[in-house]
Amino acid sequence: MSDLKPLSFHVPAPAVRPGGTPDFSDVQISRAGEVRRPEVDAAPEELRDLAYSIIRVLNRDSEAVGPWAGLLSDEELLEGLRHMMMLRTFDARMQMAQRQGKTSFYMQHLGEEAVSCAFRRALEPGDMNFPTYRQAGLLIAGGYPMLDMMCQIYSNELDPLKGRQLPIMYSSREHGFFSISGNLATQFIQAVGWAMASAMKRDTKIAAGWIGDGSTAESDFHAALVFASTYKAPVVLNIVNNQWAISTFQGIARGGSGTFAARGLGFGIPALRVDGNDYLAVHAVAKWAVERARRNLGPTLVEYVTYRVGAHSTSDDPSAYRPKAESDAWPLGDPVLRLKSHLIRRGAWSEDRHKQAEAEIMATVIAVQKEAEGHGTLHSGPHPSARDMFEGVQEKMPPHLRRQRQQAGI
Amino acid sequence: MPRKTMVEAIRDAMDVAMQRDDNVVVFGEDVGYFGGVFRCTQGLQQKFGSSRCFDAPISELGIVGAAVGMAAYGLRPCVEIQFADYMYPAYDQIVSEAARLRYRSNGQFTVPMVVRMPTGGGIFGGQTHSQSPEALFTHVAGLKTVVPSNPYDAKGLLIAAIEDNDPVIFLEPKRLYNGPFDGHHDRPVTPWAKHAQGEVPDGHYTVPLGKAAIRREGSAVTVLAYGTMVFVAEAAAAETGIDAEIIDLRTLLPYDLDTIAASVAKTGRCVIVHEATLTSGFGAELSALVQENCFYHLEAPIERVTGWDTPYPHAQEWDYFPGPARVGRALKAVMEG
Repeated sequence: MSDLKPLSFHVPAPAVRPGGTPDFSDVQISRAGEVRRPEVDAAPEELRDLAYSIIRVLNRDSEAVGPWAGLLSDEELLEGLRHMMMLRTFDARMQMAQRQGKTSFYMQHLGEEAVSCAFRRALEPGDMNFPTYRQAGLLIAGGYPMLDMMCQIYSNELDPLKGRQLPIMYSSREHGFFSISGNLATQFIQAVGWAMASAMKRDTKIAAGWIGDGSTAESDFHAALVFASTYKAPVVLNIVNNQWAISTFQGIARGGSGTFAARGLGFGIPALRVDGNDYLAVHAVAKWAVERARRNLGPTLVEYVTYRVGAHSTSDDPSAYRPKAESDAWPLGDPVLRLKSHLIRRGAWSEDRHKQAEAEIMATVIAVQKEAEGHGTLHSGPHPSARDMFEGVQEKMPPHLRRQRQQAGI
Repeated sequence: MPRKTMVEAIRDAMDVAMQRDDNVVVFGEDVGYFGGVFRCTQGLQQKFGSSRCFDAPISELGIVGAAVGMAAYGLRPCVEIQFADYMYPAYDQIVSEAARLRYRSNGQFTVPMVVRMPTGGGIFGGQTHSQSPEALFTHVAGLKTVVPSNPYDAKGLLIAAIEDNDPVIFLEPKRLYNGPFDGHHDRPVTPWAKHAQGEVPDGHYTVPLGKAAIRREGSAVTVLAYGTMVFVAEAAAAETGIDAEIIDLRTLLPYDLDTIAASVAKTGRCVIVHEATLTSGFGAELSALVQENCFYHLEAPIERVTGWDTPYPHAQEWDYFPGPARVGRALKAVMEG
């Protein structure tokens, strides 16, 4: 007879549920400026500590400090602030439009604006992002017309995707933004394939893959890391850890791994963790990783530690699974407020100018929204035709589909 | 004219396509240095270098997912899945990504990709080296599905598939790689060198996708077949003496309805044969098409001869495989019907 006890089954659970007091005391946060900045050609095995710390630039006094600071001018930072404010305002208006029945679905970025807005600044024209549904900052900071975004959301007559895609599943080859799937994680390995192609063709362009904390559990994530590692693909693999995968806390996907970034270590891929709510830190790390890729030094895995302040989507109610005030307790603060305070501290910005900018941005977004709605919303006004539904499945319409279209009387 | 095995013809197709277009790249498990477990890519790495033909990790999802990304970049990847039975980890990338990317991006991104996979039984491969999953692809909008039955077609269809601007699933009947097979497993193997369809021209030519071929003209009954079953049907017709018209579909989707309907209108009878399992198999689609388009010409119920609805067995391979005796019984049944 064995004297061993029966096995027990382990299911991770978050520290606090609705009704409890938010507690992030287990989130270990490095001091701003504390984490070292290695050379981009450093060997991966010399960078292991960076998978367990958090690279931060902005300190509590809103100063930019440490080895990752000093890359951006006042003008660039002001533009970055504007991009984030634009995205936040855009989100607020589109969220409301969904509630008003003008579209079926929306997903906002509240609290995560810095990640995609700052990353975009590190890329060059021709580089390609393979985004998830929460990186619209890549488009806004990349100069993609907001009108096109809204028309896609409304599935109206100007929808660049002809009404075929769920709202916010944008696509713009021209702006380096690969078509969003909605089947999570598929794009991660595609980004690696795109980067492999760039290297095979002796091109200079690089790719960036995007994934959320929850979908790192998908096999596509593993395949992406294997292929990126094997072929030293010029790709930046970004994990946006916003703590929540719909109702599932990040511990369910992370399991026993200390951090998501640490997943890269077994593949020999440099892995960095960064404060995702710090515009300067996100940009500095993105620039480092992009340079590595561009110099043919291979892939980098980056984990952005952030918090999803809003609901997962308009179909979700977070009060059912997490404390209402949890976002207020999030220790890394708000990305817009932090950059605003930093700019004020630099003497490049003021409360008044901020208020004025907020009003201007709101007016701009509302004006574009009116224009977009003039071209139709989901259930009223002009919209893509039923003929558009049959078109574009393949380069040439196959005979069986042509017969079906005729049968439909179109 | 030179005669080639189907393996050599497939290799030749990739060679020709790679010579003509630098964007054609070939990769998969054991595909590079070694040249593939069936030798279909032998010599390509030596000839074109390891940026054009290379080994991949054992990850079908990774192979197809990376190929989708390469295609989005502008390459024309032609990837190998070692056996069609191993395709399932890549199914999401094929169905949700490759097949839909053109549509969902309104043409901004396209996937000119070929996924080659050996398919079918007859080699004692058991349940993991014998499946015929074509219906899992023909059910997907946005995919083309091709099944060649001989070296000439294999080369021409594969070049056409590589040059196509949309994803093509290219299923290679592995029992036909080295010679035609009529289901008489106890008889000596005929090599392609002794068969007219083993004649493969050098250089570039295509066999158009979406066009069937009439292998045997006849007036009594139409047999719809593809891959290995084309030869089984020929044997069954010869052995029963029934004047069957045997149509080799070659491309399952888009299917060649004109050729199918014209033949059934002429013969008034139809037998459909495939190795894959019966229920919801591609034969069900063919059967529906024939009754929709040829109902008033039909003089007997349509017969289907297929694999049984079991996993592909090992020891019972020849009980499972729809050989010439079973096809012959179906031919007789429709003639009596």
